[in-house]
Amino acid sequence: MSSPSLPTARTKRQALGPYGRVGKVVEELDDRLGVAKGGRVFLDKIFPDHWSFMLGEIALYSFVVLMATGIFLALYFVPSTTQVIYHGTYAPLRGQSVSEAYQSTVNISFGVRGGLLIRQMHHWAADIFVASIVVHMARIFFTGAFRKPRELNWTIGTLMLIMAILEGFIGYSLPDDLISGTGLRIGYSIVESIPFAGSYVATFLWGGQFPGDGSIEGRFYIIHVLIIPLVITGLLAAHLGLLVRQKHTQFKGEGRTETNVVGSPMFPTFMAKTTGFLFMTAGVTALLGAFAQINPIWQFGSYNPSKISYAVQPDWYMGWLDGALRIMPSWEFAGWGHTVPLEVFLPAVIFPGLIFNIAFAWPALERRLTGDNDLHNLLDRPRDRPKRTAAGAAMLALLFTLFAASSTDVLANYFHVSLNLVLWSFRVLTVAVPIVVGLVTYGLCLEMQGVQGIGKRKRAVIVHRSAEGEYTTVTAAPRPGDGHEELAPEPVPVRIDIAPLAASTPGGNGESSSTGSRQVSR
Amino acid sequence: MSDEQEHGHVQEHEPTRTKVPMPIATLSDPHLGDAAKNPARAEAIIALILLLGTIVIAGFGAAYWDNWNPWAIGATMGAGLFLLGFGLTAWGKYLMPQGPFVEERHVLASSSEERGSMAAALVERSAVVVKRRKLLGGIFALGSGIFGIVAIFPLLRSLGPPPGTSLKGTDWKKGSLLVDSNGRSVNHGTLVVGGIMTVYPEGLQNTSVGQAVDQTVLIRVQDSDLVTAEGRESWAPAGYVAYSKLCTHLGCPVGLYEQQLELLVCPCHQSMFNVRNGAVPQFGPAPRPLPQLPLYFDANGDLRAQGGYDQAVGPGYFERTTTKENGT
Repeated sequence: MSSPSLPTARTKRQALGPYGRVGKVVEELDDRLGVAKGGRVFLDKIFPDHWSFMLGEIALYSFVVLMATGIFLALYFVPSTTQVIYHGTYAPLRGQSVSEAYQSTVNISFGVRGGLLIRQMHHWAADIFVASIVVHMARIFFTGAFRKPRELNWTIGTLMLIMAILEGFIGYSLPDDLISGTGLRIGYSIVESIPFAGSYVATFLWGGQFPGDGSIEGRFYIIHVLIIPLVITGLLAAHLGLLVRQKHTQFKGEGRTETNVVGSPMFPTFMAKTTGFLFMTAGVTALLGAFAQINPIWQFGSYNPSKISYAVQPDWYMGWLDGALRIMPSWEFAGWGHTVPLEVFLPAVIFPGLIFNIAFAWPALERRLTGDNDLHNLLDRPRDRPKRTAAGAAMLALLFTLFAASSTDVLANYFHVSLNLVLWSFRVLTVAVPIVVGLVTYGLCLEMQGVQGIGKRKRAVIVHRSAEGEYTTVTAAPRPGDGHEELAPEPVPVRIDIAPLAASTPGGNGESSSTGSRQVSR
Repeated sequence: MSDEQEHGHVQEHEPTRTKVPMPIATLSDPHLGDAAKNPARAEAIIALILLLGTIVIAGFGAAYWDNWNPWAIGATMGAGLFLLGFGLTAWGKYLMPQGPFVEERHVLASSSEERGSMAAALVERSAVVVKRRKLLGGIFALGSGIFGIVAIFPLLRSLGPPPGTSLKGTDWKKGSLLVDSNGRSVNHGTLVVGGIMTVYPEGLQNTSVGQAVDQTVLIRVQDSDLVTAEGRESWAPAGYVAYSKLCTHLGCPVGLYEQQLELLVCPCHQSMFNVRNGAVPQFGPAPRPLPQLPLYFDANGDLRAQGGYDQAVGPGYFERTTTKENGT
């Protein structure tokens, strides 16, 4: 070291320290940010292995796909309702008066290399995004993962669902095609239906009576590409931050307690699996974009407020609201010189408000009803909480029935029955199905509680006949993999070795890190 | 496996390195899946998948460069990404240490002294502020409160015009000539019985207001001089009856006409309006009849409006006043 010899590869390596460049980077970072200790803990963070923990990842990764494809689309989309004459590559539209927004969207589809694919991927990813949030939320609900201490993360997640639905609606309103324009017309009328403030909010937002002065396009654009994505990104950061701080929940099983987490570590195992899953999510979205056509706006034409198409349906996540609007009786209130369109205001404003408020309030509601104010890190099996499971199933049944009700006209047409019959059926079903589903779920949960070995693979029963002719039955020995690992695993070996962390912080390591550190193994 | 050997090998030269074992389960571990029990085979298969993914991704590059069909670009991109992701996930699942490992949870809650000290600081210090300097706090709250209110109003107010009377009226007035989207007027023989068209006040057929607000559906029915309701004896000369095309439910254009039953149908939420009796809603969520436009033939034989609509067209809103014609 002291001799002024030329630096060789070996001396260079030695100067970098035992961990080479990586060690050097960690050192420099730690000097400035003090990341090493927390970083090591983060690399060791344990992720419980269960397929249902992947549902939230689908949401996260479809959001990544949305951002990537959205940036591409934003390079070519023109958010303007200025009317122009179409002269693009799509022959059937040539010479027609269309808006710049519509023209640029058709141009993305046919004039930009890979544009149609990216557009379709973006739309599919949006549908997947909302769907995976809903399924993820159902998993959280039915397993009781929202309970104390995780109520705040439930609230953040519900907020993200609302944001995702709004973002989706605003997004498919942007191309200014016939379907999206009709959606906006309905949206305007829903805003207008709000007592006292409705007509003011509507004309403020749209810049006058529908269709307004065109400002809604620009406003929706900036909300869609900047404001809501920022809000979602912020909520997402908080969602994941809380997840790291509070650690994962896990299903019950041997070796799993309220005070530990059992699973595989962040680095490298979980990192590899989840990065692979990001690629798979993107891949599936790309395949859908390649082979499953979605929102072919060139077939619908540019929006003209006096034109309409048959079988007008919104994207799937707005279907429940459309269904509610369809089955609502025409109960407009008129009197004292005022009109309150209850046939719109109740199903399209009050009803979704009620649903989301129930969602927000549920953790507190359940805490009050059960008197359970304890911290919970172990998940419930849905059958063990029959009332909660029944309530959740009834809610999903209600929303699904309303979703189906948004296709009354298509169903009547397809089955050759009168619209009247279909409509009244759905009015009855909307009340009946949730009740029946709730009761049946409740009963099923109670039944399943009494059954042993449910959820495990059935074992073969071997029938023996003895020499005397007597028949006996013997249950076969379990084959490997027969045991339900999640429910009855082997006693869990403790394997992560924390010694290096303890050794790297000489002085005062023993007593302070005793609760937080993993146990020394082997 | 080979990783372990490498670690050992390196350690000879760099004795200061600390070994951080991430033990790979023994092959007899009951937690191991079948595939993981034969790591060499798993590695070969994963290598194959990753290689295939790499090739297909290269194909994606070719497809994009050469501008193939969108489905080909998407297929190569999607399949390539999926294969790479699948390989990586399988690598993580079968060839990386699965554990199960155990991590103890930290107790998030602080000690009761720490809680007490935070609450004490909040309560005691704010008590000092509020008790001693009520006046200052009050003035500051007043000032920022006023700023909050003032900030909201100009922001909202500058977004757009207040509704005023814009929602009440249309551009139809006494003598407005009915024209189609191409600006052609309508005379006695334009429609056959059972025919339907959309008309606008002359000059507004290509404006957004004309299309969104003034749009009117014109139908010719069998009866000459159809009387749809009391007081509307002269409104439908020669069977030409005109209604606002805006559904009273949510403002969609009532664009479907069921000719046999003489019903106007809204495709959005299936409200149905009876053309014969003043477009009274017969089915669906629409609460009010479509307003009817009174018509007459002028000296040239062209259809004109006797006057505007007698009520606001389209869906309901709070300021909409009740009119006699509201009916059901």
